Amino acid sequence: MTLNFVVPGDDFTRAGEASGAVKQKMKQLGFPSDVIRKVSIALYEGEINMVIHAGGGQVDVEISQDAIDLVLTDHGPGIADIEQAMQDGFSTAPDHVRDLGFGAGMGLPNMKKYSDEFHLESEVGVGTTVRMRIYNH
Amino acid sequence: MNVKELARTCGFSAAAGNASLQRPVTSVYCCDLLSFAMGRAPEDSAWITVMGNINSVAVASLADVACIVLSDGVQPDEAMLTKAQQQDIAVLLSDRPAFETGLAIHEAIRA
Ligand SMILES: Nc1ncnc2c1ncn2[C@@H]1O[C@H](COP(=O)(O)OP(=O)(O)OP(=O)(O)O)[C@@H](O)[C@H]1O
Ligand SMILES: [Mg+2]
Repeated sequence: MTLNFVVPGDDFTRAGEASGAVKQKMKQLGFPSDVIRKVSIALYEGEINMVIHAGGGQVDVEISQDAIDLVLTDHGPGIADIEQAMQDGFSTAPDHVRDLGFGAGMGLPNMKKYSDEFHLESEVGVGTTVRMRIYNH
Repeated sequence: MNVKELARTCGFSAAAGNASLQRPVTSVYCCDLLSFAMGRAPEDSAWITVMGNINSVAVASLADVACIVLSDGVQPDEAMLTKAQQQDIAVLLSDRPAFETGLAIHEAIRA
């Protein structure tokens, strides 16, 4: 099953729609709750990053019995130093976003931690693509 | 102990929640940074924060905590309440600081 979502830029009231909908769907399909939790967290962090750092983007989800594939694509500014961005605590989030509770610099580390396979590709001035796979044990 | 009983025992008021008020609470977690809370708040915990905005509801839902407890007299904004009601996420309000709020919850669920 394929699900696609457009994530609007700078709209915190709508960020979380994709992860919320995927969570709902996985519940209906009877996936175990720990698998649902991993997918939900990984996807929400990705959505929020696109909202805050990339002016929005696109989410493509492929749900099968064995695994859930998440692909997040944006055409934002890209990430110059991926290794640095992946470090716990590194964040360039602006103050108005920090006031909302974001900017711990834990989003990408969470995505890596909660997915079984994690690939981040980014080019400055072109955009960022994150691919994650979570296995259904 | 469920969320409703916890609220009564600790003297918190409930600002949102329907069926979620019956959820069991098995631990307590405290952090205001959403990605921390998202990655570390245990399932079925009472999550204490001062972030009274809509994003807390998304985090609570995805991390599957039992309830949000807004400490230090923080009031949820309108968007948060609407979302919490829609998604049936229990939101409790505590006048006390985060540590004391957590201590009260800890004592209540151990009792
Ligand atoms: N899609 C993206 N486009 C451009 N830059 C990004 C993107 N995602 C992450 N980054 C960069 O990587 C940094 C680290 O991201 P990460 O998600 O770990 O932390 P954060 O978003 O700043 O804070 P948190 O996720 O804890 O709220 C960001 O501050 C930003 O500089
Ligand atoms: Mg982030």
